[in-house]
Amino acid sequence: MAGEGVKLFGMWASPYVLRVIWALKLKGIEYEYIEEDLSNKSPLLLQYNSVYKKVPVLVYGQKPVAESLVIIEFIDEMWKHNPILPEDPYERAMARFWAKFVEEKFIPAIFGTFSKLGEEQEKFMEEAKKNLRILEEGLQGKKFFGGETIGFVDVVGGWIAYWVPVIEEIIGIKIVEEESLPLINKWFKDILDFNIVKESLPPRDKLVALQKVYREMLLGSSA
Amino acid sequence: MADEVILLGFWPSPFGMRTRVALAEKGVVYEYKEEDLQDKSPLLLKSNPIHKEIPVLNHNGKPICESLIIVQYIDEVWNDKSPLLPKYSYERAHARFWADFADKKISDYGSRILWKKGEEQEEGKKGFLDCLKLLEGELGEKPYFGGESLGLVDVAFLPFSCWFYSFETCGNFSVEKECPKIIAWVERCKEKESVSKSLQDPQKIYEYVAVLKKRFGVE
Repeated sequence: MAGEGVKLFGMWASPYVLRVIWALKLKGIEYEYIEEDLSNKSPLLLQYNSVYKKVPVLVYGQKPVAESLVIIEFIDEMWKHNPILPEDPYERAMARFWAKFVEEKFIPAIFGTFSKLGEEQEKFMEEAKKNLRILEEGLQGKKFFGGETIGFVDVVGGWIAYWVPVIEEIIGIKIVEEESLPLINKWFKDILDFNIVKESLPPRDKLVALQKVYREMLLGSSA
Repeated sequence: MADEVILLGFWPSPFGMRTRVALAEKGVVYEYKEEDLQDKSPLLLKSNPIHKEIPVLNHNGKPICESLIIVQYIDEVWNDKSPLLPKYSYERAHARFWADFADKKISDYGSRILWKKGEEQEEGKKGFLDCLKLLEGELGEKPYFGGESLGLVDVAFLPFSCWFYSFETCGNFSVEKECPKIIAWVERCKEKESVSKSLQDPQKIYEYVAVLKKRFGVE
């Protein structure tokens, strides 16, 4: 489906950008993708997102939208078929609640697990596991948060399924154990098996290599 | 069947105040329950077991948490008057972006002004004023962020104005001097009953901050 001039400014290894790609693919929207070098941001990016100067930025007919969660809701409202958010206001509020939980609770915990060592790392890892247990409750035995197909929370949080095993490999510690987080484990598998997810994941070896460098930088800067 | 609407709040919380402004704009009849955050009620713990925080809106027994999520819920359910979000998708995205900006940045910088000293406090002050200047730019010549009437950004940002006096006193600066348009906007909003009856007296907020400082042994 033609997006009437839809452009996405992104970076190949960003889970925030990946969310927006999934939202566009769910709607079947064609778009032009512009890869940004975050160490040398383009003038266009700086103009389109002058507040945060970050990716992703979606530009539709010359008008920019920034912040991945805002972009996803914009996509969902602009193109009404294959809805990402539920119709019912209470269900929408619940979907937004879980998305916010991923943003504000899980992301800092997994980042701490990745970027710290020793006791501090253990503390963050326990927090990350606790958050995943809570997320399991949100799943309520469904295949996806969206039910039979992926919805808002899956689009916002699904990157975890791909990134956590990468993090586990780099730090050498298992975070998501099958026995203690069976539903999350299953959700990971179902997410990674979903057609639009499968075809849009960043190459694993490249991602591992980049994250290793990033981790060294983070550990070095806190020494 | 009449709606049962209960709001669990804590009087100085800007997040609770947002919800009150939204409910007042929509003319929703509700019961307000003041929470003692040192002794949280069973209803709060049951309604928000994950975060155990206010505000929580209980609508016919169903709890909704997180203030901006609650405000959007209120806008979607009571959609017969006073729309808080614009009609068109791009403008809605624009409003959500700026509401999120105010939400993320003001609390963070404000906390640093109140609780930190020296360089950290100065960074907080600078960050806070930079944000207000950006928001001034976004407001432009409009009477409200929502245009001719209150919108999501107004509702999200307004309650922080009760805390300006505390920030100014702790940080030794004047919002009016640095960002006069913001003060003019606050005064304009306070002419509306939905706002004036929902916002707290800045002096009372400052007294509350003083109590907290004493409790935590912060100067």
